[in-house]
Formats: sequence, C-alpha cells, structure tokens
Amino acid sequence: MNPELIKLVEEWKGKDGNLIMILHEIQNHHGYVPRELSLELSKMLDIPLARIYEVITFYNFFKLSPPGKHLIRICMGTACYLRGASLILEEMKNILGVQEGQTTKDGLFYLDVVRCLGCCGLAPVLMIDNKVYGKVKKSEIADILSKYIKEE
Amino acid sequence: MKESKLSVKIDGKSYQVEPGLAILDACRNVGIDIPTLCYLKGLSKEAACSICLVEVTGAKALMRSCVTPINNGMEIYTNTERVRNARRINLELLLAGHPKECLSCDRSETCELRKIAFDMGIREVRFPKTSKTEFPIDKTSVSIIRDPNKCILCGRCVSVCSSIQSVQAIDFSGRGKASKVTTFFDQGLASSVCVNCGQCLLVCPTGALTEQNETEEVWKALFDPDKFVVVEVAPAVRAAIGEEFAMPAGSLVTAKLAQALRKLGFSKVFDTQFSADLTIMEEGYELISRIKNKGVLPMITSCSPGWIKFAEHFFPGILPHISTCKSPQQMFGAIAKTYYAKKYNIDPRKIIVVSIMPCTAKKFEAKRPEMKDAFKYWQKDLNLKKEDEFYDVDYVLTTREAARMIREAGINFSNLNGEDFDEPLGISTGAAVIFGATGGVMEAAIRTVHEVLTGKELEKLEFNALRGLDGIKVCEVDIQGLKLKVAVANGLSNARKLLKDVGDNKSPYAFIEIMTCPGGCLGGGGQPFSADGEAKPKRMETIYQEDRNKPLRKSHQNPAVNALYKEFLDKPLGEKSHHLLHTHYSRRQEPL
Repeated sequence: MNPELIKLVEEWKGKDGNLIMILHEIQNHHGYVPRELSLELSKMLDIPLARIYEVITFYNFFKLSPPGKHLIRICMGTACYLRGASLILEEMKNILGVQEGQTTKDGLFYLDVVRCLGCCGLAPVLMIDNKVYGKVKKSEIADILSKYIKEE
Repeated sequence: MKESKLSVKIDGKSYQVEPGLAILDACRNVGIDIPTLCYLKGLSKEAACSICLVEVTGAKALMRSCVTPINNGMEIYTNTERVRNARRINLELLLAGHPKECLSCDRSETCELRKIAFDMGIREVRFPKTSKTEFPIDKTSVSIIRDPNKCILCGRCVSVCSSIQSVQAIDFSGRGKASKVTTFFDQGLASSVCVNCGQCLLVCPTGALTEQNETEEVWKALFDPDKFVVVEVAPAVRAAIGEEFAMPAGSLVTAKLAQALRKLGFSKVFDTQFSADLTIMEEGYELISRIKNKGVLPMITSCSPGWIKFAEHFFPGILPHISTCKSPQQMFGAIAKTYYAKKYNIDPRKIIVVSIMPCTAKKFEAKRPEMKDAFKYWQKDLNLKKEDEFYDVDYVLTTREAARMIREAGINFSNLNGEDFDEPLGISTGAAVIFGATGGVMEAAIRTVHEVLTGKELEKLEFNALRGLDGIKVCEVDIQGLKLKVAVANGLSNARKLLKDVGDNKSPYAFIEIMTCPGGCLGGGGQPFSADGEAKPKRMETIYQEDRNKPLRKSHQNPAVNALYKEFLDKPLGEKSHHLLHTHYSRRQEPL
C-alpha cells in the first residue's frame, strides 16, 4: 500500500463513511480496487471483507478487475436501443469473449454499457476511448476493433 | 418511571399496548398475526420482504409493520382489500423469481415462503420468471450449502452472522437482479471466516441455506455387511429430535432415539455423553494442573467447534488459553477405534463412526486434518499405509438428518417403547447430559474438580447461577478456600466481550466456558426448525430433568470411563490421553 493511501486511511479511521472515501481514492489511483488492497483495508479499518465486497459490487463506479487499455462504451439509451444497440452489444461480447463490466484476457479492451452519449442522431452509437462511432452496423464491429488490435 | 400504555385501534377494536413496539409486535401481542419473511424480533430489521404491510389511517402509503413504531391514537387495519392486494403482489413477485423445486427441496416441509404462500391462498403466480440468471451454488463448505437461487434476500442470515455471532462472513453483493448474499469475492464459505455454526440456516425462510447432507454415505455404510457401524448421539439431540416427529418442544426421547437408531441398523448405539464424561475427566484434570502449576489461565473450554474456528480467526493470541482437550465427539471416535476395537477384537478399519449432532460445525470438526489419531495409533501395528488413512469420526449427521433417516425407514418414532444405549460406550452420568445447555460443561467440570480437589462430596450439585439463557453468566465457586471465578458465554458476540480481557491479560476468571450458539448446543445450527418460539427454554428444562433422573450425576463416577482408564488410558492427562484425546489449534487467515 502506498504511503499516501496509508495516510488517507489514518485520516479516515473511525469516521463515518470512511470505507467509501478510501475506496474512491483506490479506484481513482489504480483504475480498479485490487483484491490485495481490500484485504489490507479490512485489517486496517477492522471492516469485514464481506462488507467491503458489498460496497464495491453495489456501486458501478468501483471495478473489481484492472481496466483494459481501451474503454469501449456501448450506448443502450432509448434511441440507440431502438436502432439495434443490443445487436451491437451481442456482437461485441462474441468477438471479445467477455460480458459487460469485464476486461478481455489480453487486457486490451474493457466493455461497458452506458445510457446515452448525447448524440442520439447517430444512433446506434459506441465510443472507444474518446472516439465516437455512429450509425454502427453489426458487420462493422470486427473492422473497428481490428484497428486497435493492429496498433499493438 | 414506567411509560404509560398507548391507546390504539387495531382492526376496529381498541387496545392498550406497550410503548416502543413495532406495529407488527404490538399486533402479535394482541393475537393478530401479520405474515413476514424477513423480520426476526430483536434482530433483523431489514424491512426487505414487504409482506407485513398494514394500513394506518392518515398515512398515504401502506406501512411496513415490522419497522413502523406504534404511536398513541394510531388506527391500524391489517386486513383490508388494499393490504391484501399489496401483500399478494409482493409475495407473487418473490415467487416468480423462486425456483419451483419444492418437491425435492430440503426445506420443503419447513419452508416459510411456501407456508406463507399457501396460507395467503396464492394458487397462481401472475408474473412469469423473467430473470435467467443462474447463480452458482456454493458447496465449498463441508458444513453448509448456499444456493443463492433460492434466496429471497431477506437478510436474516446476514443479521445473525453479524449481530449474534460477530463473524460477518457473508453480506449482500451486487444490485438489482444481480443481488445476492455472498462471501468476499464469491470465494465460498470454506475460504471465509465462516465458523460453520449454522445459525444462518436456522433463520433462513427458504431452502437457500442447508446442511451438507451425509445421510447417503451413512445408508451406504449401514448396508455394507463388511462394516461395523457405530453411532454416538450428542446430549442436546435427545431434547429436540422429538419435535421432528410432531412431539411438543421439550419432549425427552432418549430411549426412543436409542431404539430408533438400533432399528436403522447401527451395530452399536453409543452415547456422546460417555465421552462427555471422559472430557470432564481430562479437562477437569487439565484445569487442576493449570492452577497448581501456574499454567495459562483462564482456561477456556474447547467443545464447541464453531468457537474454536472463531478463535483461530479472530483471537489467535489467546489459543494457549483454550483447553487442549478434544471435543466429546472427537474423543468418542478416537476411543471407539482404539480401546473399543481392541477390547472386542474388531479391525479398526472396519469400524465406521457416525455421530448425531445438534450442530453443523461438527461436520467441519470431524474433517479437520489432524483428527486421525486412531489411524496413527494403529499405523505401526497394522502396517497401515497413507491410502489406508481414516478419520476418527467418519460421518456427522445433524439432528434433522437423523430424523430424516428415521422417517425414511418408516419407523413410527413417537410410538416406540424405548431401549437403552449399548455398553460400555453408552454409559453416562447426569454431568454429561447438561453439556447440551449453555453453562453445562462448566457445571459438570466444577462437580468433578470440586470433589477431586477436596476429596469430599458436594452438597449441592446444581449451580443455578450458571443456568439459563443469559448471554454471559458469572459465578464464584469456593473450593475449600480456593475461590474460583468462572464465566460462561453463549453466542459468539457475547464471547467476544469476555475475550478482549483475556487477550489483554486482564481477565478476572480462572475458567471460561464458550458455546458458539445462543443457548448452547440445544440451540445449535443442526437442530429442528422449531415452530415453537419458546423451544429453547423447554429443551433446556428437559436437559436438566434428564440430569436429575440419572442415578449418577458426576463424571468421575462413570463406571465405564473409570474402566477405560483402568484398562487402557491409565490416568487423565497420561501418555495415551495425550495422543488420542488432546489436540492443538492454529492461527487462520481469511481468505484461506
């Protein structure tokens, strides 16, 4: 555990809501909450592991596994949904071999589902990192992904 | 000053009720039952099931009666069309997501969900099952199986595990349709701090929590002509198993139980009470030795395997305080496969020891890797190899599992005349019976320690300060000037209160008894699901009644135990005892 985190834990020890505050810091720093840090937190704060796991799994903000190099966000908002976003999501899951909220084995992609990216005119929409792909067809998914794979 | 009673109207009738109650309890107190699947008096206030809705005049929405305090002048309706419709919709929603496996479910007969659905007249569920999520079943524990698919998320198990036991192995996880009760990282109970006490299982309204069923293995052994299958029965079982056969709570069925087990086909029907007397000899002498030789005090009892695992996880620093004596279950196994096998010339490899326990943690205890002392004893003489290895106790059945076997065999339990246990391992004294109630091990130990130290007979055998259902009981015993302060705790959150002082070397006590379950073994996680809320005090009274009825009431008077020392063990704490009857403990970490 890094010294900054230890300082934070000391600061928040015994205060209400301390677990969430500390988990936030860990999530921001690591991009997820590593299992080993949960184990350490449990000892330092005297909070049962099952309770820590409850908090991590309740809030979407906290992740249990390391983020992928590229973040894929598929919009399932109303407009995108009506224009077939679920087909896009299924295709994505098939190609990547992961479920939403998971990172591919090679660590390259993290698949997330979001509600409305604010460009409904382009539905169905997906984003990879900061790039938006609009009016996406199921048949284009493999092509789109291959660009990122080739970069490696 | 005592607060005055509140005037309320329930279903149009005026009542005076105690202040500070939830509407649900106030209604129940005046004889109006309100159905609930999550509420447990004094414990669980999750307000999760939404079945206990009532209408309160002036309130916009229907109120959950389990969490709404009753106020003066309140007008409550428990059976209106609105209440009925809302309760039924909520119940149907729960049923829609629930597996329809009632015919083969372990809790079929005792399921609260099924019973409430039946009582509320639900004959059709309007909602189809939409969620296809199948959660994996957690079978990692040797004691308890968790099936999240049957869970209705009432939260009772989480409450019991944290408030009563202060273990907190399980909690909710996820949200929405992914919600479930689980352990850290879904690793399973075996990798968690779970102490296997089974209190969660006792409060579970459905079949989501059940014991690991070992009846199949026991049947197989019973039908195997090559095996010599002996059974040992724990004290608390005889005070409760009658409830499984529609007898009232507190029915004493010792003789019926012995007969039923013989009918099942056990070669010998023995008694864990025999080895409870043996435990008192070893533990009593251990206490005397610790006092005389300025050993580690207070000494803490070691009979309750949930408590042992709890200490190994949460209080590793105090392990030297715990008596090195094995529990009666384990002492029995070790003696049956050595002394008994020798005396009656039976190949120990052919002996199968089945124990019937009020406990789920005993299943874990029997499978602790160190519990193979009979094997070690014979290893050289019989030239045993690694693959011949056997446990001291082969199978552990809960009270409920034993009852199932008796039913399956078509034995009309309540009409049996009754028979005695077999000799010699079925002989016991009253001191052994009371092991089944919190405070009993302490009382039994004092009866023996007092007489060994003074050489005089005790005038009064009953130590009333150590009896009853209080969480912590203390008492000072005067043994010819030697003042012995003792304490008894039941329920691990109560134990925790005494243990802090032990860890800080500030404990005023010389001897502490700890039982994992509230009430002691009579309230164990392997006991019948009782419809009688007052079952525990009744079982307790039965246990003390059995003690009073016994001709011998002190462990050191047990003739079979004395013969065992004379013929085999030599003396308490002797060389053979050390190998067969004593054990050690070690620090555990979570996750394992």
